[in-house]
Amino acid sequence: MTSTIAILALFLPLAGAAAAMPAARLFGARAAEIAASASVALAAILSVMLFMRTNFGGETADIHLMTWIAMEGFSVSWGIQLDALTGLMFFTVSFVSAVVHIYSIGYMHEDPSRPRFFAYLSLFTFMMLLLVAAPNFLQLFVGWEGVGLASYLLIGFWHQRSAPNDAAIKAFVVNRVGDAGLLLGMAAIVMIFGTLDYDAVFQAVPRMGDQTIALPGGMEVGALNLIGCLLLVGAMGKSAQFLLHTWLPDAMEGPTPVSALIHAATMVTAGVFLIARAAPLYEYAPQAALATALVGGATAFFAASAALVQNDIKRVIAWSTCSQLGYMFAALGLGLYQAALFHLFTHAFFKALLFLGAGSVIHALHDEQDMRRMGGLFKTLPLTWTAMLIGSLSLTGFPLTAGYFSKDAIIEAAAVSSVGTAPLIFALLIAAAIGTAFYSWRLIFMTFHGDYRGDAEILRNAHESPPVMLIPLGLLALGAIFAGGVFAPAFLGDGAEHFWGGAFALRADNKMVEAIHDVPLLIKLTPLAAMVLGFAAALYLWRRPGSANRLARQHVLLYRFLLHKWYFDEIYDRLFARGAYGIGRIFQQRGEGLIDGIGPDGMARRVLQMTRGAVKLQSGYLYHYAFLMIVGLVALMSWILLRA
Amino acid sequence: MTEGWPILSLLIFLPLAGAALIFSIQGKAEIVDRNARALALWTSSAAFLLALIIALNFDPRGEAFQFMEHRQWLSGVIAYRLGIDGISLPLILLTTLLTPLCILASWSSITKRVQSFMAAFLVMETLMLGVFCALDLVLFYIFFEGGLIPMFLIIGIWGGAERLYASFKFFLYTLLGSLLMLLAILAIYWSAGTTSIPALLESDLPPDLQRWLWLAFLASFAVKLPMWPVHSWLPDAHVQAPTAGSVILAGILLKMGGYGFLRFSLPIFPSASVEFAPLIFALSVIAILYASLIALVQEDIKKLIAYASIAHMGYVTIGMFSMTMEGLQGGIFQMLSHGFVSAALFLSVGVLYDRMHSRDISAFGGAARIMPLFALVFMIFTLANVGLPGTSGFIGEFLSVVGVFSVSMTVAALAALGVILSVAYSLRLYRRIFYEDPASEDAAQMPDLSWRESFVFAPLIAATLLFGIYPKPIFTMTDPAIARIAERMKTAKAKSEAQAALPSPREFQESER
Repeated sequence: MTSTIAILALFLPLAGAAAAMPAARLFGARAAEIAASASVALAAILSVMLFMRTNFGGETADIHLMTWIAMEGFSVSWGIQLDALTGLMFFTVSFVSAVVHIYSIGYMHEDPSRPRFFAYLSLFTFMMLLLVAAPNFLQLFVGWEGVGLASYLLIGFWHQRSAPNDAAIKAFVVNRVGDAGLLLGMAAIVMIFGTLDYDAVFQAVPRMGDQTIALPGGMEVGALNLIGCLLLVGAMGKSAQFLLHTWLPDAMEGPTPVSALIHAATMVTAGVFLIARAAPLYEYAPQAALATALVGGATAFFAASAALVQNDIKRVIAWSTCSQLGYMFAALGLGLYQAALFHLFTHAFFKALLFLGAGSVIHALHDEQDMRRMGGLFKTLPLTWTAMLIGSLSLTGFPLTAGYFSKDAIIEAAAVSSVGTAPLIFALLIAAAIGTAFYSWRLIFMTFHGDYRGDAEILRNAHESPPVMLIPLGLLALGAIFAGGVFAPAFLGDGAEHFWGGAFALRADNKMVEAIHDVPLLIKLTPLAAMVLGFAAALYLWRRPGSANRLARQHVLLYRFLLHKWYFDEIYDRLFARGAYGIGRIFQQRGEGLIDGIGPDGMARRVLQMTRGAVKLQSGYLYHYAFLMIVGLVALMSWILLRA
Repeated sequence: MTEGWPILSLLIFLPLAGAALIFSIQGKAEIVDRNARALALWTSSAAFLLALIIALNFDPRGEAFQFMEHRQWLSGVIAYRLGIDGISLPLILLTTLLTPLCILASWSSITKRVQSFMAAFLVMETLMLGVFCALDLVLFYIFFEGGLIPMFLIIGIWGGAERLYASFKFFLYTLLGSLLMLLAILAIYWSAGTTSIPALLESDLPPDLQRWLWLAFLASFAVKLPMWPVHSWLPDAHVQAPTAGSVILAGILLKMGGYGFLRFSLPIFPSASVEFAPLIFALSVIAILYASLIALVQEDIKKLIAYASIAHMGYVTIGMFSMTMEGLQGGIFQMLSHGFVSAALFLSVGVLYDRMHSRDISAFGGAARIMPLFALVFMIFTLANVGLPGTSGFIGEFLSVVGVFSVSMTVAALAALGVILSVAYSLRLYRRIFYEDPASEDAAQMPDLSWRESFVFAPLIAATLLFGIYPKPIFTMTDPAIARIAERMKTAKAKSEAQAALPSPREFQESER
């Protein structure tokens, strides 16, 4: 029964994706919307049942679907590995996806290509479920690149314009950098373990602790640390971590529901999922874990700093996503996988809520995204305002909202961890928390309060979104408030052991869950203080018009540095994009010219000159010529062989 | 049912008979053309069915070579020996699948000398099938070199404006390479006393001789595959060749190089292969990065795909010369997958060319809106070309990288860089053809795929997706044959390592002192 539910939940979105275009052709766009949304909604209901069974009923299952690669000494299968981790992800992914599907019916209702949109959206959902259902690294990789594909298609959905195309290709290419790391990580796993099956690999991990691999150059490194680092590169690409983050803000060129589903709630958390899934390996790869924590801390801080000064409402939220993913990575690296997934879970609600809320604002203002041309919308869009407020409170970790429980657990983990660099990570996370509160409230103030600064005509036509968009907001708002408090005992508290079952085979000496329960009160209060500080700063600057500009002018270099996101795009563009094109051009002109010059090209030309007179192409001489060649060839060979 | 039947001869010479029939058609030009097309299609389809029957009767776990045929020839010095194993069978299937598709694709785009074109194509098929069935070196050589001629004609007569230049370049490169192979074949005959491939597979040639022979064979296979730096004939040949010529060139002819490595270089010269593997790695990695970077700046669609082909062949050689089970399987799988994918990509260029008579990327744009079906087809093959998992393109690349990782991490890492570049050039191409605004009025009015065109793409899409998700039938076919090679390479590797471990004579003397 559980198996049937899982198989149905997995393949329903695929069926929806496949049905959308034919349905649209036969019965019109509405049929496509219904086919896709209904199949995903049904998958969501099934996933809730699955979640109850795996995470509260303690059920697990290993479903073999089909052999995939099978050769002597190496084989991989398609299947579904059902455990607490899969159950949790199924629930999160399909629930948010269903909500976003329904919201999109309203948001996209004027777009003539919306059947294609719904097909992509359902395809994405299938790929994401395939990723989390995988019983081995290779199937995970299929979903992994599959969601990348869906993301590419959806970012570039409005493909008549140039900017979405740029962003879509950039996203795919930067993701591929990470994927190359993951590919090599899998190669290393095959080399060391001879298999890609999770169970077989993770069971063998404790015995492989001392295994080393010689890097090119002769340096010996621990095999598990190397694998861990390669997988981390993959995770960094997909989860837009520091250095491989540049694609995420640009991905906002896609329709806003896409940003909510793919670039906030689900796909970007695939990296977190990967490392959580490979937790048994990271338990024995301390250096790789440390690298993960540092990457997470750096990302949390860096992305929050970039978010402080952005003016595009969606980009602020995108940077916020990047920053929150950093928190999750920090938790993973510190060994508190449960908190990373808890934050993944709550974040899915409040971040999707924020994006859909932003979408509601953009929708009302006829595609205006610049917060400098907003303001005072509190009166026009009271329900959207409420939703955004709830989302922001949860994001900043306001006590008893969902974000409060999950984020504070991560900060506490950094405080109690015995890892050498934990204090640094703690400091980065606290700084990021101040930033989070600042940019969140800045967004609320600039968008909803004060005076409207845009075109009066647009404001006159602005009205609250239709129910098909508001009901999803309401559902997500409930999650953003209650997902933390209700589930905290299960994720991190007394119920944790039952809730997770055997999903994480952690080392016996990993006592992080217990450790965060008795942190000193002072540490418990630090994130709260950070939140209040950020709020106060935002309020101060907002209350004094012009003070923000003055501040920016006073620190113009710092301001530009943040506005340009630490100049990563500019540097990468010079270094990699233009570099590759430049080298390609040199190869094309010089390299090929040289090879042709040395090679038989010169000879070809001479032969050509000689024969041009004799060979008349249309007359059939060429035919004779060629026929003579094969006759000569056979004759020559026969002669040589007969003599021998 | 096939016991004792010369079924391979039948398969090989069926297209030739068809060609002869085509030449015998007489009458009004219009009717001749129509009959020539129909006859070519029926003959090549019959060959495909015959190949399927052979495949169904092939027992992967059975004898190494099956459907053997043996006739004395040329006073017993050489023999007409045929037989197939798990390495040649998939390539035979690929050949017989692509030929009828090519004939369909040329249905209306070839209007000049249709009779000769169809005949040349069938002769081509005979020669290609001969290459994969031959079990005698000399016979192999005749088919291998003979294949040059119809291709030379196809490019030279039905090609583009610069067809003469391209066909001579193609011919010179390949002929020069193969002359060395001919000398090597003679040397093998004088040394081993036989040109029978099954006998040579059991032989143990002296290492010094192996070294020279290996290099001589490399000269021929490297040109065919092609490997860097003897690749420069390929982009020109592709650009000038008619669509069907490009399809066969990329789909089958290139694979003869890889097939040569698997059939000869590795198992017959194992110690030399072990010795020269680093050379192959270096050339392959250069090919992957160099060709990918050039593909990035191409303005000609066909050239772009040609350079992408060169890069993809790099994975074939990397995998094969890793000499691991994964790598060898990856190599042959990559060849097959590239057979579907590059064939489909060149067919797609044909679709565009038939509509706009241009191969310039900048002549197109916005095609996704007016040709939604074609946009989907092209997207599928673009994704297979970048090796997206779930398509056949992924399996070969993945296994090659896995295979080589345990041998050389540097090579694996550099090969993985190619995976990034392939996305960059492929998506750039897709965007400029299908997205944004059409370049001209004409580009905005291209009709979507016709029924005939869709019919040509359908089997290739099916193969690309099916073998991406369920490649097991191919692995079942190839596994025992590949395992035999892997085993032989393992022995050779162990031997060479044991020799390396022994002190050289000079060191030995020094330590004595």
